[in-house]
Amino acid sequence: MPILGILASSTRVAAGDFESIATVTVGSGGSSSVEFTSIPSTFAHLQIRGISRLGSGSGTLPTISLQFNGDTGANYASHQIRADGSSVSTDAGSNQNQIAAISSAGNTQTASVFSGTVLDLLDYANTNKFKTIRALTAADFNGTGWFDFRSGLWRSTSAVTSIKLYGAQSFAQYSHFALYGIKSA
Amino acid sequence: MPTTYEPIATTTLGSAQSSVTFSAISGSYTDLVIVINGALSSGLASLSVEYNGDTTVGNYSYTRLQGNGTSATSARATSDKGIGFVAQDACMTIININNYSNSTTYKTTLTRTNSNYSSDGRTASYVALWQNTAAITSIKLSASVNFNSGFTFTIYGIKAA
Repeated sequence: MPILGILASSTRVAAGDFESIATVTVGSGGSSSVEFTSIPSTFAHLQIRGISRLGSGSGTLPTISLQFNGDTGANYASHQIRADGSSVSTDAGSNQNQIAAISSAGNTQTASVFSGTVLDLLDYANTNKFKTIRALTAADFNGTGWFDFRSGLWRSTSAVTSIKLYGAQSFAQYSHFALYGIKSA
Repeated sequence: MPTTYEPIATTTLGSAQSSVTFSAISGSYTDLVIVINGALSSGLASLSVEYNGDTTVGNYSYTRLQGNGTSATSARATSDKGIGFVAQDACMTIININNYSNSTTYKTTLTRTNSNYSSDGRTASYVALWQNTAAITSIKLSASVNFNSGFTFTIYGIKAA
């Protein structure tokens, strides 16, 4: 079952420049995806911060994909640079059906380790530009590990109103993603 | 809505010292961000961390990506508390500790760190692991040489809905 982000209370006590929009914490049954929907266009940028681990069958180094606004077409591209503790490599994909956005811990890796991610989506509400993301996403397993810088492109000028994160396997319990909005002056 | 991204504490060193500790960290945030800025008297030194007073080095490890203007390299270490470096001339480090207060997962730290030391310029990213499920309530930052007067350390808390 996908989990929809829980919208923060609309009762605003004090406005800030960095606001929590919604948060998802995966429960004991796991979740096939995490979705943030009905994202308001009142911010300049978005940031997703989280920890993740995929469940049974995910092995090592599973990737979490990202789609915007329910678009499943071949409108995405991505690049990455990866450091694995001994060497540095790069990878890329074009005309993809999703952005390969996040490197996650998998079920065969050291128990209790979750990867960390900080993902930025800039100018997400602009209707004149394609949308670009960047992500710092990494995990260390005390003897193995990697650090990835990833970037992604969605070839659409639509304002982003929903974000779906999903893997080939379900998210494990305690995976957690929080969506924030960043305001400009 | 309460403030989402707020400073918890700031320390500006009035004299050189070997470490800075943030203690009694509230569990009321979702993530922590620490920003460090300053310059050493000389050279480049490792930046290390200890959580909750845990001095057992076997509980710490990291994997690193680094570029120095000539090449990009990667390294890892186990039984090592490293999370970055500090340096002469100018350096800056930003540390992200996501979900620091949960009591079910080991804690993963993402760091971006750079040195503008004219003789040893670098930029690097570290992912560091603390093998402990305890909520983080204190953070000790230290270097292999003293931090100079003027170094600033600020810790922020980020609250999710």
